[in-house]
Amino acid sequence: MTARVITITSGKGGVGKTTTTANLSAALASLNKRVVTIDADIGLRNLDLVMGVENRIVYDLVDVVEKRCKLRQAMIKHKRYPELYLIPAAQTRDKTAVSPAQMIEVINELRPDFDFVLVDSPAGIERGFRNAVAGADEVLIVTNPEVSAVRDADRIVGLIEAGERKIPMRLIINRVKPDMVRKGEMLSIDDVVDILSIKPIGVVPDDEGILIGSNRGELLNGRAGEAFRNIARRLNGEEVPFLNLDGNSNLLQRIARLFGGSGG
Amino acid sequence: MSSLFDRLLGRRNNGSGTAAKQRLQLVLVTDRSDLSPEKLQAMKDEIVAVISKYVNIARDKVEINVEQRQRDNWLVADIPLIKDKDRPLSTGLEDA
Repeated sequence: MTARVITITSGKGGVGKTTTTANLSAALASLNKRVVTIDADIGLRNLDLVMGVENRIVYDLVDVVEKRCKLRQAMIKHKRYPELYLIPAAQTRDKTAVSPAQMIEVINELRPDFDFVLVDSPAGIERGFRNAVAGADEVLIVTNPEVSAVRDADRIVGLIEAGERKIPMRLIINRVKPDMVRKGEMLSIDDVVDILSIKPIGVVPDDEGILIGSNRGELLNGRAGEAFRNIARRLNGEEVPFLNLDGNSNLLQRIARLFGGSGG
Repeated sequence: MSSLFDRLLGRRNNGSGTAAKQRLQLVLVTDRSDLSPEKLQAMKDEIVAVISKYVNIARDKVEINVEQRQRDNWLVADIPLIKDKDRPLSTGLEDA
């Protein structure tokens, strides 16, 4: 038994990496998978807060790497999902506290005991990003339908392509506003996929439920929660049709799509 | 091109989404190839000058662009030649 190691990254900050990591981990755990998340954003720890386990941190990733504790001691068990764990980032150190080789060492120690290891990458293209992708079997690139997020995603794709290992990449398009896409005032899913030439694994609608969920440290709320559950199932090898983000489409719009209009 | 249905629905091709896509496609040529618009222009001028030494070309119809094919960059050139009878063969040096 050996885990699949999946790194969630984006280049740009604030596009939803941590939310994606937290929600995917919960969705995979609810499929009875054994899951551990690693917060690789050393110095800007947040995955603990979004997952709702911030009050139970004793040791962190840097403690593990610097041998102040055993790996197991730094793993926080989620209360709702018994097979879900988090290894938090250190808050008072920086990215240089961990090396890519040390990340690989930690990941290899986790592999035999889990189905999935999800690594939440920091924003940027420097050391923190390199640490986060060092041990990855797969990479999920999170972007928003917005020029700067897509450009940064392209840079990340370029960097991973230029690396010595071929790491498969898939795209998550987060914070889609179907209404704006329909009005032509937002990049569509097709536009983003076309520009980046990376296969999408999921499309997540902009959803207030996500903010409400992270306010409370709860996961998988609302329509976005449903989108994350679908992504988890696709990661698990299931064929799941993409969400129809066009929930309020009328007959005329459906006819338009039928005739090849590029519906939202 | 927007279809009749698109127009009926008020979906406009000149919405800011189209501008976003076009601007991204242009800037990514530079990002991916490390070839700035100035460098590309300088290269085009040199290519045209070199080719003109050997054959007559319709300079105003030359198109040399970086195209994206999936995630690969291709330098694609369309350089129409002018038949001898259209214009006497130049040495290429006088106007290079």
